[in-house]
Amino acid sequence: MTETFEPVIIGFTCNWCSYRAADMAGTARMKYPPNIRLIRLMCSGRLDPTFVLKAFASGADAVLITGCHPGDCHYVEQNYKALRRFQLLKRVLTQMGIEPQRLKLVWASAAEGAKLAEAITEHTEEIRALGPLNWPTGPNGFEQNKPEEMVVQEVTA
Amino acid sequence: MSERIGVYVCHCGTNIAGVVNVAEVSQWAGEKLAESGVVVSRDYKFMCSSLGQELIQKDIKEMGLTRVVVAACSPHLHEATFRNACKGAGLNPYLCELVSIREQDSWVHTDKVAATEKAKAIISGGVARVTYHEPLEPLHVPIHPDTLVVGGGIAGIQAALEIADAGFHVYLVEREPSIGGHMAQFDKTFPTLDCSACILTPKMVQVGNHPNITLLTWSEVTKVDGYVGNFEVTIKKRARFINEDLCTGCGICQEKCPKKVIDDVFEAGLDTRKVVYTPFPQAVPNYPVLDAPNCTFFLKGTCKACEKFCPTGAIDFNQKDEDITVQVGNIILATGFDLFDARRIPQYGYGRLANVYTSLEFERLCNASGPTGGNIVLRDGKTAPKSVGIVHCVGSRDQNYNPYCSAICCMQSLKFAHLVHERTGAEVYNFYIDIRTPSKGYEEFYQRLLEEGTHFVRGKVAEVTDAARQSGEDGKLIIQVEDTLIGKQRRIPVDMVILSAGLEARHDAKEVGKLFGIACSADSWYIERHPKLDPVATMTEGIFIAGCAQGPKDIPASVVQGAAASARVMGKIQQKEVSLEPVRATVDQDRCSGCRICNNLCPFSAILFHEDTMVSEVNPALCQGCGTCVAACPAGAISGTGFSDEQILAQIEGLLLLNVKHLELVPG
Repeated sequence: MTETFEPVIIGFTCNWCSYRAADMAGTARMKYPPNIRLIRLMCSGRLDPTFVLKAFASGADAVLITGCHPGDCHYVEQNYKALRRFQLLKRVLTQMGIEPQRLKLVWASAAEGAKLAEAITEHTEEIRALGPLNWPTGPNGFEQNKPEEMVVQEVTA
Repeated sequence: MSERIGVYVCHCGTNIAGVVNVAEVSQWAGEKLAESGVVVSRDYKFMCSSLGQELIQKDIKEMGLTRVVVAACSPHLHEATFRNACKGAGLNPYLCELVSIREQDSWVHTDKVAATEKAKAIISGGVARVTYHEPLEPLHVPIHPDTLVVGGGIAGIQAALEIADAGFHVYLVEREPSIGGHMAQFDKTFPTLDCSACILTPKMVQVGNHPNITLLTWSEVTKVDGYVGNFEVTIKKRARFINEDLCTGCGICQEKCPKKVIDDVFEAGLDTRKVVYTPFPQAVPNYPVLDAPNCTFFLKGTCKACEKFCPTGAIDFNQKDEDITVQVGNIILATGFDLFDARRIPQYGYGRLANVYTSLEFERLCNASGPTGGNIVLRDGKTAPKSVGIVHCVGSRDQNYNPYCSAICCMQSLKFAHLVHERTGAEVYNFYIDIRTPSKGYEEFYQRLLEEGTHFVRGKVAEVTDAARQSGEDGKLIIQVEDTLIGKQRRIPVDMVILSAGLEARHDAKEVGKLFGIACSADSWYIERHPKLDPVATMTEGIFIAGCAQGPKDIPASVVQGAAASARVMGKIQQKEVSLEPVRATVDQDRCSGCRICNNLCPFSAILFHEDTMVSEVNPALCQGCGTCVAACPAGAISGTGFSDEQILAQIEGLLLLNVKHLELVPG
């Protein structure tokens, strides 16, 4: 639609750290690109890998997972589980033909609004350079250049 | 879609409306999200105002709304407001979703078009999510009436006394042998020049004698289990080698102990203490501690002088560390601060040049019960200084060390200047960046110092050296500084230099924070729930903070926070029960395959496995609602209340709806 590609990024945040970091970034009026849309989870450990795949399937160009720093998890150690799932997801994405750098993990404590804003900016720029994720998506999705084929896919899906 | 959803877009004055076109967003939601169930969409100047809330309530009643989405500020601010508004209109509060278009949108973006589009996406996500919300009831758990206060400095003392005076039991845990904290080390307090001990020790005695306070000194918290209202805390009571029941605090053991060691803690390294000791005469409790690693008996197997002379037989060399477990409903952390280590700035010469002192050393030096009996003298122990330089902001307001202002150093330095004047008549030079005297009576104190003839030199000290270059500098400490008011480099020879070292978070603040489940700022101060409106609560229910653990502050501010934290705790105790968010995991026992993957994931051991039926079950009292098991269950048998798969997946789709629609318009 425009000359420059503007990616859409889904960000998963932890209620105790990165969601608050986002609040803090807002309160301090730090600026970052409007390409990200955040979802609040209670913990990065709640991140079901399906969520990430769903985001990609529904049209996201990238996903940012954020959580408490290792050792600082509000629920003791659940961010380590997020880390494991992140590693696994990167391999799965690669196998699916999706560039693994579309998925990023950032630790951001409740005090690190600036760090989160920076990470969002950085990720947005990386994805902007990488280009859109072109793949036929699920039943509600689309095939970018062949809308008529999308109907067929919908039926067969 | 059977749900009837109302969307309410807040202007927040110009906070949101200044960037996001709220009217357009509201209209868009009403039209484009109608197929998702939106039956009404409105925008209003302040949704959180009573008129804004009434607007929602009226629609719930008149239009039969079954779900509400409010697009406004962070749920951490007004989620409760809008949930209560819905509840007031007869809608289950958990059927209301607050999405943030302020902190996550208008405040962080400048592109008005993009911000407006993002607001639409965020609302679309909220609408999709709220469809899958379920009516929930908060969990009610009883609050244990006892409280744990960690740290026996002035903030902890104040908090403990307030709660104990109100008739509730308090466990006060202190790491050192006596309560009193840093305040017990000071000589005078600014700006009134009250004798620190004279105002502190009565409070300490009160704590020691209070029937509602269990004082545990020489003790540390090692484990915290449970949650608000029901904490189980393990406290390690280190061996004192003194039988507290027999000891009368007569002090004969201290007198007879033949070994002296440097007292690095209370006397800041300026004096010695015995191996069996109380740190200062007014210590509470007044029974001593035997410092085993330095004790001749423990090192060589002989001596026992203390045991020999103890009239009550209170010395017990066989005493062991003891773990005590207590049940408490709330916890106040008042763990204080560490002094910035002035050695980290080598050009100031501390530790290398004898007559460079830290602020804490000077406090002991001018304290009547200190190593010199309150005589301000040089390290040789007899020469009174004829000139003294006081360096402000040592390690504070400095990008190389701590960027923050330590808040107390200006007034402390002024106090030092006054005391030096009063007791020695020496010339005093204060080297400052800015003088900050913002509290009651502080500016007046500064004016008094100006009248007393203290020299104020505005400039950051470059170096303190003993290398004389000019006449009059021999045998002196020379302070090299740029006097920024006259724009000249100056070398000022003095006999004594006092470094007003800044305050830092406790070296173990991070570990302690982790123990209690609260977060630290980048500088390791504990983070309050809200910096202005909720300064003593933390993000963890039932854990409060007071005093310098939260950030640098002086005695009056620490006392205020101690009292404030106690008021919050007493409020909780009086409520007798606390309502918790019903965010919990539940196992669908029909779908559970008994694989036990979830069992090991739970850090709270909340998942039980029934051997007979071969299925797992979540104990809702122990579950904290993180959702890790929900994400891990391969059978999809565990659902997370409030954060269910359906809700999150719908939100993802909703957030991306607009994007998809947009891209569909892309010409092929």
